Amino acid sequence: MSNNHLDYLDELEAEAIYILREVAGQFERPALLFSGGKDSITLVRLAEKAFRPGKFPFPLVHIDTGHNFVETIEYRDAMIKRINEKLIIGHVQDSIDEGKVIEQKGKNASRNALQTVTLLDTIAKHKFDACIGGARRDEEKARAKERIFSVRDEFGQWDPKRQRPELWNIYNGKIHKGENVRVFPISNWTELDVWNYIRREKIDLPSIYFAHERETIVRNGQLMAASPFLNMDEEDIIERRNVRFRTVGDMTCTAAVESEAYHLDDIINEISASKISERGARMDDKVSEAAMEDRKKGGYF
Amino acid sequence: MDILKFITAGSVDDGKSTLIGRLLYDSDSILADQLEALHSSNRKNDDGSIDLAILTDGLKAEREQGITIDVAYKYFQTEKRKFIIADTPGHIQYTRNMVTGASNANLAIILIDARKGVIEQTIRHSYLVSLLGIQQVVVCVNKMDMVNYSQEVYDQIITDYQKLAAKVDLKNVYYIPVSALKGDNIVHPSSNISWYKGESLLPYLENIELAVDNSTAHARFPVQWVIRPQTEDLHDYRGYAGRVSSGSFKVNDKVTVLPSGFTSSISKIELLDEEPQEALAGMSVTVHLKDDIDISRGDVLVNSNYQPEVSQLIEADLCWMDTRALDTSHTYFIQHNSKVTRCKIQEVLHKVNINTLEKEYNEEFKLNDIGRIIIKTAEPLAFDLYQNNKANGGAIIIDSRTNLTVGALMLRAVAD
Repeated sequence: MSNNHLDYLDELEAEAIYILREVAGQFERPALLFSGGKDSITLVRLAEKAFRPGKFPFPLVHIDTGHNFVETIEYRDAMIKRINEKLIIGHVQDSIDEGKVIEQKGKNASRNALQTVTLLDTIAKHKFDACIGGARRDEEKARAKERIFSVRDEFGQWDPKRQRPELWNIYNGKIHKGENVRVFPISNWTELDVWNYIRREKIDLPSIYFAHERETIVRNGQLMAASPFLNMDEEDIIERRNVRFRTVGDMTCTAAVESEAYHLDDIINEISASKISERGARMDDKVSEAAMEDRKKGGYF
Repeated sequence: MDILKFITAGSVDDGKSTLIGRLLYDSDSILADQLEALHSSNRKNDDGSIDLAILTDGLKAEREQGITIDVAYKYFQTEKRKFIIADTPGHIQYTRNMVTGASNANLAIILIDARKGVIEQTIRHSYLVSLLGIQQVVVCVNKMDMVNYSQEVYDQIITDYQKLAAKVDLKNVYYIPVSALKGDNIVHPSSNISWYKGESLLPYLENIELAVDNSTAHARFPVQWVIRPQTEDLHDYRGYAGRVSSGSFKVNDKVTVLPSGFTSSISKIELLDEEPQEALAGMSVTVHLKDDIDISRGDVLVNSNYQPEVSQLIEADLCWMDTRALDTSHTYFIQHNSKVTRCKIQEVLHKVNINTLEKEYNEEFKLNDIGRIIIKTAEPLAFDLYQNNKANGGAIIIDSRTNLTVGALMLRAVAD
């Protein structure tokens, strides 16, 4: 720290805590959307900093596709036990059983797109007026323009044309009945910031973030974990590879990267190294693939 | 490592997209997939080099599709600093977007096309930067390659700008001749401009001392949330959660709660398991007081020796941000930090023509209009003058009918 200015991680942390407390102060029925990924795990840590020794003023909500990595669900349950907070699970299977969505067919079938319906139903059922999520502005161009308090109409839609100006650190959370607000406390963090924070705070992560050996197949140029949820045929060759996952989502659409990064330091080095290799015009497929992962699409938001 | 937030004021025609693209590209901040797109794109500059403006294409696409052009945030980092760019459009119809981006910036880059010099939009951008209280300005005279890197042209622009800076009261201005297209003086010094002895843009941004407005202003702590676990073992626990908006608080500091006026002193400062002795500007903490007094969200703790203004009648600069014009008979909400109360714009004193800086005296306040007003609030606000303390001197107006944010206020004086 120099000249009374906060270190960048302290400043990002303080801003996120401030935003979480604004949610608590401005809304009647907020919720924290928990995916089991590193960004929402970071949000949980920030919520502890914002509200302990009190309870969180919101439950955690997990939309479970039913096709999650076992490691994610184990992590989720152990974490809930540790923090002793309420968890609400919305099951995509329920949406399928109720006929609200139809399971995709074919080789590339995934439940990823279906979970939006389950999420909106869960929001409606519990009358949530604010949903906290772990999206970041560095993820993609459109996201770079989204507000920290982002108003959704009753159909859950984001209208870039109707965004409210957001000045200083004053967040306008006033909404009409039926609307809700998506709140993104780590909007200003980059992927590297999140990893550096996880290292500083010694936050545990699901084991699939770290290099491990697993049965994989190559599908559409990407490495996928072989699993009962993936529709496979004789063309798919199962090979054991050393891999890790850069994001945590549905097993049918979360690609792995080959990696020897067994520890947090290795991962941070790997990310930093991939930045350096991006300097030149030449790129190998691995870096390209990793960068594609950066632009995580779909999912909760 | 700290964070520098800056805004870029200029239009696409000034080479703003190219300038931002050049900063990202030459500082190795571009992800692999973007880089690939850049190199494989058919869009090239006349000399066959890659078109860096593609990196900020989002905004261009919006314009072509006629969608509202908005603030886009971009992130990059060097070994010395993390940077957040608020990329805002420069045309007059997007004044509110520039005001929004400027509200959180520590520094502004103002782009001037070397062929055009100081023009109407330069005046407008400089005025807005000054209005929003940005302390540090870098004037980049761009497209120097188009004027044969002429020192004479550059010097004339600087002379013109210095007059403007004095007029709009901008004190810390740094001047750099650049060509974003050729990369002159952006990240590396240019041999084309050997007569320029100052720093290039990126090294300047990396090394500049941040204006210390928040940390040197008086201590303010708006209460956002009261932590009361009410469990058996924490029966008497009562912590005030918030963020130090300016100054700093130490344990044992005497504090006054506003607007009620009760006084107490700080018994403990908490951040999860830590108990720091001091909370600095910008830190989110939980504060405990020695006395049990009634405090709730919307109240502000201040250092008892340096109290802010407390008033219901305030003179302020207003930037109107809604397509529906200001209605002086309508009751709006005002939000000032964590405090929300009702308000009316009691009087429009004057408006400012932001292209000429002349005062105008018609009452109607429309989208993008800026002027001086008097606002009356239902409950007293504990505020500082914006020019002394941005963090406790800014507020927004919300239309109770639409819930939209319709105005930005820079509180300037107690009105009597």
